[in-house]
Amino acid sequence: MSRSFSKIQGYTFSGLTLLASLVIVAMLGVIVWNIFINGYGTLSWGFFTRAPEQGMTAGGIFPAIFGTVALVILMTIAVVPLGVLTAVYLHEYAKPDSVIARLVRAAVGNLAGVPSIVFGLFGLGFFVHFVGGGIDKLFYPGEVAWGQPAIIWAALTLAVLTLPVVIVSTEEALRAVPNEYREASYALGGSKWLTIRKIVLPHSVPGILTGAILAVGRGAGEVAPIMFTGAAYFLPYLPSKLNDQFMELGYHIFVMSTQSPDVEKTKPILYGTVLVLLILTFILNLLAILIRSKIRTAQRRAR
Amino acid sequence: MQRDGNQKELKLSGSDITKDRHNRVLKDKEEIVPSVEKEASSRKLKMETQNLNFYYGTAQALKNVNLPIRENHITALIGPSGCGKSTFIRTLNRMNDIIPGIRIEGKVLLDGIDIYREDIDLSALRRKVGMVFQKSNPFPKSIFENVAYGLRIGGVKNKNILEEVVEKALKDAALWEEVKDKLHTSSLDISGGQQQRVCIARALAIEPEVILMDEPASALDPISTGKIEELILDLKRDYTIVIVTHNMQQSARISDYTGFFLLGELVEFDQTSKIFTNPKDRRTEDYVTGRFG
Ligand SMILES: Nc1ncnc2c1ncn2[C@@H]1O[C@H](COP(=O)(O)OP(=O)(O)O)[C@@H](O)[C@H]1O
Ligand SMILES: [Mg+2]
Repeated sequence: MSRSFSKIQGYTFSGLTLLASLVIVAMLGVIVWNIFINGYGTLSWGFFTRAPEQGMTAGGIFPAIFGTVALVILMTIAVVPLGVLTAVYLHEYAKPDSVIARLVRAAVGNLAGVPSIVFGLFGLGFFVHFVGGGIDKLFYPGEVAWGQPAIIWAALTLAVLTLPVVIVSTEEALRAVPNEYREASYALGGSKWLTIRKIVLPHSVPGILTGAILAVGRGAGEVAPIMFTGAAYFLPYLPSKLNDQFMELGYHIFVMSTQSPDVEKTKPILYGTVLVLLILTFILNLLAILIRSKIRTAQRRAR
Repeated sequence: MQRDGNQKELKLSGSDITKDRHNRVLKDKEEIVPSVEKEASSRKLKMETQNLNFYYGTAQALKNVNLPIRENHITALIGPSGCGKSTFIRTLNRMNDIIPGIRIEGKVLLDGIDIYREDIDLSALRRKVGMVFQKSNPFPKSIFENVAYGLRIGGVKNKNILEEVVEKALKDAALWEEVKDKLHTSSLDISGGQQQRVCIARALAIEPEVILMDEPASALDPISTGKIEELILDLKRDYTIVIVTHNMQQSARISDYTGFFLLGELVEFDQTSKIFTNPKDRRTEDYVTGRFG
């Protein structure tokens, strides 16, 4: 009797696990479906090429797309070199149990767990006021040129936020470089630096690229870190200098959903924008997955 | 023509393994080799280890090894696995230096100079004492780029020189005919035996003086193995060769001298014919007659 009871328990439990999994799929399905149905109709050539009009109740989202792309490019330029150098230090130079390596690893791990609004406040305090304000004091006395929210400060804030992603992916790529390659290079008279430059890094490029794409995917969707550091509610011009403000997709969504003068009229545009952002992140993640699987097969082939 | 000039340059940088060149090397030679007669004998002894002890952490892997390596001869190292053959051969070009926690005592002489001296330039040393590994490990690059690698990192950029050296190295490695039409395909797309010969060509391209081979044929089929053995015999003319093998027939076939290792000790070292027909030590006899190992 007790045996059949435990059998029933077993079935119930496995049923519950399946149910939980299905709930997740269903939720994702509902969200995507809802956004697609409501946003699909808005997508048009004009939507991608025009600026918001009539208090965001008409027109398109071109400035926000432009700003997002510019922001993400700047962020990538900042985060990839820093992340790759850190990972190379951790994996190739530091002794695994050295104090510095442990410190850096702990910092990276904790950085990944910090809520993004904290990055926003950090960016405002450090980049905008401290760095930007410092530059103003030194080079533009009495003016405010850099000590204000700007695309460069937003990009750097996002770079700090996405740093762990790049470091972790790069380290994973470095770990995947067979030690035999390093040995062969040393045996041919290669120094450590030459070995890293000619063998280790080229072999890690796909992994580093994956990290960069994941970082972009993460960075492109974040609103909190850029809200105080450079994103603008509405701008009549596109950013052209590093200390310009900019519009951005995620922030634009936030603005439209909270500040619109006419909620009903804004709704289709809002959904269209969400759909664009969703597709963008989806494509980026897909790209990362494809590249990663390509490396895996290449490495399996290498033995 | 141009190539000659450049090779001289390479040779020069390779022929001095000390950082502050001429003076020190010359001085050392004078100290260590005072007379003409000794000069002659040191020419025959390309390398030599003296009272070599090696430790991984606290585990001793080599015990007081004294082994001579004669120029333009093939020295084979045999013994059961785990007895320290790889460890030993890797002390000869300081490949063990990469491993954390190792400790070494005694001397390893190359042309009379201790390669563990403070001022030794590791890159120059390894260009002089090349190495072929047990598991063939071509880079995931083209055949051409694999063979050219040593020159490239040595700063050679001239395409004609690179092409000439690659061709010569591949010919010396008895691989040219098989790959001359696909130099730019990936070296991972050729057979295991060919891959290993790419690795040999890669080592030959920088014109080392000594070539260390750690079981270079152990992962290959008999035909590829035969090719590699033939190749090694050919290379003897221009190079000094040290080869690790756990295959006694192989050692008997190709080597001039054989050292038998057991548990980190060099039990016996002699001419190969003597080791196999008339060993002095009981343990050597047991091993070569197949009674253990
Ligand atoms: N990297 C290492 N760290 C610690 N011990 C090692 C290492 N490499 C080899 N050893 C040990 O040293 C001994 C000799 O190994 P090795 O030189 O590889 O022998 P062989 O090549 O004759 O099979 C073995 O006991 C082995 O376990
Ligand atoms: Mg071995």
